[in-house]
Amino acid sequence: MTESTTAAVPVLVLLDHHDGSLRTPVLELLTVARRLGPVHGVWLGDSAVPGTLGEHGVSVVHQVALDGAAVVVTTSAALAAVAEATGAGSVLLSSTFENKEIAARLAFALGAGLVVDASDVEAGPDGGVVTVQQAFAATWTLRSRVTAPRAVVALKPNAVPVVPADVPTSPEVVTHPAVTADTLGVQLLERTARAASGRPDLGEAQVVVVGGRGTEGDFSPVEDLADALGGAVGATRVATDEGWIGHEAQIGQTGVTISPRLYVGAGVSGAVHHRGGMQSSSTIVAVNSDPEAPIFEIADFGIVGDLFAVLPQAAAEVRRLRG
Amino acid sequence: MKIVVCVKHVPDLQAERRFTDEGRVDRTQGDGTLNELDENAVEAAVSLVEAHGGEVVVLTVGPADAVDAVRRGLQMGADSAVHVQDGAIEGSDAFGTAAVLAAAVRRVAEEGPVDLVLTGMAALDGLMSVVPTLLAVGLGLPQATLAAELTLDPEAGTVRVRRELGHVTEVLEAPLPAVVSVTDQANQPRYPSFKGIMAARKKPVTTWSLADLGLDPSTVGQAGARTEVLEATARPPRENRVLLTDEGDAGLRLAAYLVENRLV
Repeated sequence: MTESTTAAVPVLVLLDHHDGSLRTPVLELLTVARRLGPVHGVWLGDSAVPGTLGEHGVSVVHQVALDGAAVVVTTSAALAAVAEATGAGSVLLSSTFENKEIAARLAFALGAGLVVDASDVEAGPDGGVVTVQQAFAATWTLRSRVTAPRAVVALKPNAVPVVPADVPTSPEVVTHPAVTADTLGVQLLERTARAASGRPDLGEAQVVVVGGRGTEGDFSPVEDLADALGGAVGATRVATDEGWIGHEAQIGQTGVTISPRLYVGAGVSGAVHHRGGMQSSSTIVAVNSDPEAPIFEIADFGIVGDLFAVLPQAAAEVRRLRG
Repeated sequence: MKIVVCVKHVPDLQAERRFTDEGRVDRTQGDGTLNELDENAVEAAVSLVEAHGGEVVVLTVGPADAVDAVRRGLQMGADSAVHVQDGAIEGSDAFGTAAVLAAAVRRVAEEGPVDLVLTGMAALDGLMSVVPTLLAVGLGLPQATLAAELTLDPEAGTVRVRRELGHVTEVLEAPLPAVVSVTDQANQPRYPSFKGIMAARKKPVTTWSLADLGLDPSTVGQAGARTEVLEATARPPRENRVLLTDEGDAGLRLAAYLVENRLV
């Protein structure tokens, strides 16, 4: 796919950051955004804009001041204001629960077409936006065209590999005053950041090792293999409901949706609710003592065996091979 | 207190789900069911009314058999149901669906103020999770989504929600009337009792068309949609799959497989 050089209509990318550090999926957004037009980033808050954005082809960064916490209504209002000011044709965000709300409000305000959980985005033949999505637990693929003049697209993390721009840019930073939005009386009473696990973020990790009922509550082999592979730890609904691990680790269509390069399920049966959150993973490994477990139907590498024997052996061997 | 719960009729998760040649969810298999995640919304509504008094109206938009979704809601304890059915609605995107729901909520409110609009966190067919937001925006109401916990203060006229997002936990408070979506963590939906099933047979189900809601058919359905599906294809099964039984060296073989495929 060639990068657009002639289109003058900018594409906006929400530069999600945490205390000034860019979140990894943003680089994936920048990779696909370059196909659609000149890339303008939107940076909320007054922390310094990172210097790496030029390597990814960002031509302008719109820094919008925040008046209080970044809540959904203010973020969507800020994006709408920048979209109107720049005449942007499309807006890209990474697909999290919060960003899907922002995307919906933004699309409503702009009269734009809306696609969430996209796995790819490209420019259509007429210059419009064409998206790819996985459906029905990733057993179907949908290609859609946005027919409205503008598009708002939320892209799943890990859906596309990050590619730096052929030609780096020196982004111009344009500052915008704080946007005020009517919250209609909704108050944010508390916002508590979850303690960092020291492992990669579950939704963004390249490798995820998941424990299910078969762990019987002992996640140590799961955590050990995850650490050997530099991956994140996830869990099934059963494991989180049993309190073996926090709910934030739940993989599934009502929890975190993941599409890592490598998924390892240990003692995971593979119920449809779980598959809906992981079936678009590139490589699926399953270890389960039950040969009838449905996860074996979708596994690239399946082992019928005891996870308490297989996982430690695999972790030790991975460490040995890596030296 | 009057609570409207929006529910959707979706293909059964356990059945084989497919798309039609037009790229729409195939709803002709006859194995549709109340979207499981909407049961949490019905449960939340019914328990709030049990605690604080009032009534629950369960609302759906969809073809003829979508009425099964509201029947299930009635069996769980909702008091009455509304089914918006109109051929022009077919092919609606999230904006069209939310516009029809918003018009129906307004129409319900003509018979007495609506204090709370509840939805599930997502429909298990589309999984977009955006209709609750579009409904709130369309109704001009405050919104609190993804409630893992929901408490109501009828005296203060507020609803308080705890929600778990990717990196943070938040507590939001919104004045009533508000739109709230609940997650599957919010409660354990009740199974309809025999008494509930019998009682549901006598509960009223009102059917409205777009004309009844004063909606222009060209604003919904495929005509009003802002996206169109170009192509829907079933994914081919994965190739080169390996299944082995551990004979004492499966961990070593797994590590070798990961190395071979450049996954470590």
